[in-house]
Amino acid sequence: MTAITHHIPDDILAAYAAGSLPHHYAVAVASHVSLCTQCRASLEAHQTMGGALLETTEAVAVSGNMKADLLAQLDAPAKPEPVYSRRGIYPGPVVAALKGQGPAWKSLGMGVRQSILSQDKHGSVRLLYIPGGQAVPDHGHNGLEMTLVLQGSFSDETGRFGVGDIEIANEDLEHTPIADPGDPCICLAATDAPLRFNALVPRLLQPLFRI
Amino acid sequence: MSHNKSEISEQTVLMIAVRDNQDREAFGALFDHFAPRLKGFIMRTGCSAPQAEEIVQDVMLTVWRKASMFDPHRAQVSAWIYQIARNRHIDIVRKESRPVPEELAEDPGAEPDASQILAVEQEAGKLKAALSSLRPEQRDMIEKAYLGELTHQEISDQTGLPLGTIKSRIRLGLERLRHELKGLRE
Ligand SMILES: [Zn+2]
Repeated sequence: MTAITHHIPDDILAAYAAGSLPHHYAVAVASHVSLCTQCRASLEAHQTMGGALLETTEAVAVSGNMKADLLAQLDAPAKPEPVYSRRGIYPGPVVAALKGQGPAWKSLGMGVRQSILSQDKHGSVRLLYIPGGQAVPDHGHNGLEMTLVLQGSFSDETGRFGVGDIEIANEDLEHTPIADPGDPCICLAATDAPLRFNALVPRLLQPLFRI
Repeated sequence: MSHNKSEISEQTVLMIAVRDNQDREAFGALFDHFAPRLKGFIMRTGCSAPQAEEIVQDVMLTVWRKASMFDPHRAQVSAWIYQIARNRHIDIVRKESRPVPEELAEDPGAEPDASQILAVEQEAGKLKAALSSLRPEQRDMIEKAYLGELTHQEISDQTGLPLGTIKSRIRLGLERLRHELKGLRE
């Protein structure tokens, strides 16, 4: 594995630790952290900050029966929670979003495929499959866009992104990512708005493809 | 255990006892320390007292059940509980499951490294000292950020927020983690 060179900015890691990052981005951040030591350490530093605040916050007495209630619950069987671990190129949080299944690829034409992990009115997170040498369909995004490479690599005006690298683009960035020649590039893309693919699919058809 | 417990903070010793021996008395002591702080912390987000207690109950139960994941070489007890509290708070209030990174399990049977545990605690101690030197409005802002009350945009717009400066003091954890993962991946 080549070294990761594109990381998550500190303000986004802090927001993730605090839980204020919208769900779709949180999937991308948790996935990158699963692959990246540097960002994991940074995240743990934010958690230490949170812990220090917790330690020094003003305490409020709890109800008298609370401790006894809790101690009585310790032996109760816990509902087993599914643990999703890494599967091939997919880090645990992606496998969790797929609920342990493989991606359900849908063709977007020209060899490009997508598998939507989740979307709602606040945004979406999806897997994209781009054949080597092919451009990611010309798209705009309304706000922040995070793209994490899981296989292959792509390049755009800002640089080259290999496995584990994450590109964080704001609305000002007009970019044309192109999958590097070779293996197809598979990436995880999170946005706060449905991606608008401009050239590939006529706008009229977009609801059909849910893009 | 080979390390000198007298030098390691009480909370860490208690949490290790919960993790390794399911020690209820130790858990009770952790409850006495953390439950009122958690309640105060959660109520600062505008939760009512009963709802805050419901979350505290859930957090402490999770601490008991996930004790095996506690690794004092990387996290202070308070940092570990902070993250559990944020996760459970979100899961309960938003009724959605928060995406979390893959866990890094400690090597089973690995001997505790007292010097590393102490280093983590010293770092956190420095952090607490730095926090206590802040002006009240600065501390307030940081608390809001770490309670999930600010968007990431608002966090990055807070240029007066000494967040990066404070956080950059925690370097040792980073070094340790690099070292640990190098061993795992190579
Ligand atoms: Zn990183």
